[in-house]
This record gives sequence, structure tokens and C-alpha cells, in this order.
Amino acid sequence: MPSFLTPEPGLLIWMLVAFLVVFVLLAKFGFPIITGMVEKRKQFIDESLTSAREANEKLANIKAECQTLLQEAQARQSQILKEATQTSNQIVAESKTKAQEEAARIIEDARRQIQAETERAQRDIRAQVADLSIQIAGKILSREMQKEEEQEKWIDQILEKIEN
Amino acid sequence: MNCLRNNIALIVVALSMVLLPFSARAAEEGDGKIDVQEIVMGHTGDSHEWHITTWGGHHISIPLPVIFIANDGSWHCFSSSRFHEAEGGVYNGFFIPSEGENSGKICETVNGQEAKVKLDISLTKNVLQLWIIVVLILLIFIGCARWYRNKQPDSDAPKGFVGFIEMFVMMVNDDIIKACIGEKHYRRYAPYLLTAFFFIFLSNLIGLVPIFPGGANLTGNLAVTMVLALFTFFAINLFGNREYWLDIFWPKVPVWLKCPVPMMPIIELFGIFTKPFALMVRLFANIFAGHAIVLSLTCVIFITCQLGAAIGAGLSTVSVIMMIFMDCLELLVAFIQAYVFTMLSAVFIGLAHQEEHEELPAAQ
Repeated sequence: MPSFLTPEPGLLIWMLVAFLVVFVLLAKFGFPIITGMVEKRKQFIDESLTSAREANEKLANIKAECQTLLQEAQARQSQILKEATQTSNQIVAESKTKAQEEAARIIEDARRQIQAETERAQRDIRAQVADLSIQIAGKILSREMQKEEEQEKWIDQILEKIEN
Repeated sequence: MNCLRNNIALIVVALSMVLLPFSARAAEEGDGKIDVQEIVMGHTGDSHEWHITTWGGHHISIPLPVIFIANDGSWHCFSSSRFHEAEGGVYNGFFIPSEGENSGKICETVNGQEAKVKLDISLTKNVLQLWIIVVLILLIFIGCARWYRNKQPDSDAPKGFVGFIEMFVMMVNDDIIKACIGEKHYRRYAPYLLTAFFFIFLSNLIGLVPIFPGGANLTGNLAVTMVLALFTFFAINLFGNREYWLDIFWPKVPVWLKCPVPMMPIIELFGIFTKPFALMVRLFANIFAGHAIVLSLTCVIFITCQLGAAIGAGLSTVSVIMMIFMDCLELLVAFIQAYVFTMLSAVFIGLAHQEEHEELPAAQ
């Protein structure tokens, strides 16, 4: 058998020892550290991706929320504006009617007063006129009736009228 | 493009011309003949010294410590250079025959006959290469792992070399181990399979470097692949679940195939051993063959050079181009064999953890 087909026991022993040394050292201080770190890094990257995705989702949610909030605010704003306009319109209208009423009332009062005053004045005037006319009539009568015939004439006249 | 191609051809020819005279002399035997088999076997095999080059008839090599137990049970430990210094290459009664059955092995004379020593655990070329790879692999991976100290999962991913290693490790971890064993059980086996992958890959690569810190044929050595296969064997069988053993001793086949004569159980039992055996032989044969081919192509240069300058130059050019191609192919094979070993180990481990079969109503 050629020599290269018969394994040397010496080399066999050395190889066994050397490979065991390499294996033990690398299994303890070599490969597990490298693969472990790579796996940890992979895990970290996976986690980062997941959290990034979550953050993105949250951001999108927040954006949507903002949008709805904005829309709500806008709606509210326009509503408030509308209400304010309505209220002011109402107030203006109310005050207008109030003013009108007031004016009408004042005018009415004034009219009534005027009427009352007028009536009073008329009454006064009437009383005075009656007074005056009585006085005048009295004076005229007293002057006219100083003559006899005159008196008689007057009575006749009155009588005539009554007869008629 | 054309210009570039011409340049490359020129460089290849020039290089082969320059390198030829030196190298040819190096590989020549005393009588000027080239023994291709010896060169190839010498370079793919193990040795007690690390041969670097031969310069002017002198071997330049790194002597390595020799440690062994002799046949009388005594321990011996000395430098391999003693063999060269000693008279006739015999030191304290021990010698390394250069040919014959025990060529390259430490022998002694027992009862007048040449005999191998009891146990040779010398720090040979392959063992030294092995420890160089161990140091390198520990430096690379523990160094990279140290980078992660005081790092949080949210710190930046590593860049540069650490980033490359991390990517490489995760490629093996996710695409080979996790994919073949399954999400549920792969964690327990990942350190072993990753160690095996990078050990094989690094050994294959360093084996392709032709000069000192590399060049030994480590993964192309049966002892090395045998240990790796042994680890895989234990990884498969020590933690196999009930289903796995049931499939071996009472597989779901017609009863006559397993009842009076346990045909299928025997075949399955063989399967337990053939799986790691195939892993062992596949890795060994691939890397060994790759080294042998590259070395043979190198030898072509020396052989053709002896035939004449013109033929030598022409064929050497072809040979160098082939060698470059083979080296590129071997780079690919270095990765593919590490990949295949790890993947098949993972597949076998995954088979030992298969889920409960769905009971077929009319199975028998």
C-alpha cells in the first residue's frame, strides 16, 4: 500500500489535539460571538423596522386626526360665524323693531297729548268763547234792551221764531 | 487586449527561461535523471524537515524536532538535523531510510532488521503546518470576535476585514449550516461546522502557497481528513434522534427485507460508516490530486529541459500556462471542497434529526 494511503498515527494524534484546541477555542470565543452579534443586530434592525412602521402609522393617524380636528375647527368656525351673523342680524332687527315701536309709542303719546291738549284748549276756548259771548251778549242785550220798543221787538222776534 | 496577451506570454516564457537552470538542477538526482514519482510523493507526503530549496547541491531546509517512542519504550526527542550531521545518517541507532517500505519514517534496527519506531509523534512538516494554521485561524476569528467586545447591537456593522469575515461566517452559517440542518437544530452544530469549514478552507489555501509558511499538503493527508471525518461521525451519531436509529435498525421497507435476514439494517449500518468515509476520501483525494497535478506539471519542465532547449522552452511554456490554470482551479477547489465537506456533514447531521415520518396507511 502506498505510504500516502496509510495515515500516520503521529499526525493523527496531532491533528486530533490541534483540531480540538481550535474547535474548543472558536466554539467558546469565536463563532458564537460573531453569529450572536449578527443575530442581535438582525433582531435590532427588525425591531427598528417594526417601530418605524408603528411610528409611521402613528404619524399617519396623528395627521388624520389633525385633519379631522382642522375640519371640525373650520366647521365650528363657520358655524360660529354664521351664528354670530345671525345673532347680530337678529339684534339689529330686534333693536330696529324696538326702536320702531318706541318711536311709534312716542308718536302715539305725542299725538294723544296733542289731542288732549287740543281738547283742553278747545274746551278752554269754548268756555272763554261762551263766557265772552255771554258777556258780549249780556252787554249787547243790556245796551239794546234799554229801549222799550227794542225789547218788545226782540220778544216778538223770538216768539215768531218759536211759532214758526 | 492583444498587446496584453502578448505581454503575458512573453512574461511566462521569460520566467520559465530564468527559472529553468536553477530548478532543473535542484530536482536532478545524482545521475541527472528525474524521478517524478519521488518528487511528487516527497512533496505531497510528510517529512521530518521542511525542505525549502536546494542551492548548489546543498539542501536548505528547516530542521524540525523529532519526538518518538522507540520500540524499547524509551522516549526520544532531538532535532532532525542530527540525522544529517551523524555518520551515515544514523543517530543513536535511529535513521530515516530514503527508500523501501519505511521510506521517510524513523526506523531502528531490531534483531538485525529494519523496524519502525513504536510511535512517532514528531513535529513534522505537516504538524508544523497544522499549528501554523491553528494559530492563523485563531488569530483571525478570535481577533474578529474581539472586535465585537463593547459593541452594542445598534452600533455600526463592521467594515473592512472584520466585515468580510463576518459576511463569510454568516454565509457559511446561513447558506450551508442552517439550510442543511434546519432552523431547529443547527445552533448546536454551527461552531463545529464553521470550524471545520474554515480549517479546511484555510488549509487548502495555504497548501497552495509554494514556499515556507505554506506548501504542506495538509488536507491532502489521510490522517487529517480522517480526524475531520471522525468528528463528523460523532456529530452525526452522538446526537441522532429516535427516528434516525429507527430508520437504521427498522427501516420502513417490506418486512422480508429486514426480518429473518436483516438485509436493510446491515446496509444502513454500513451507511453510518460509509458517509464519513466518503467525506474523508473525497477531501483527501481532491487536494492530493491537485497537488500531484501541479507538481507533475512542474516536473514536465525539468524533463523536457533535458530533451533540448527548444523543446524544453516550448513545452515548459505550455506547462507553466497549465500550472497557472491548475493553480486557479485549485483555488476554486479549495473553496469547493471546504464547502462540500461542510455541506455534506450538515446534511448528514440534518438527516439524524429528521422529523417523525408521516405514517403511510398502506405502507406494507
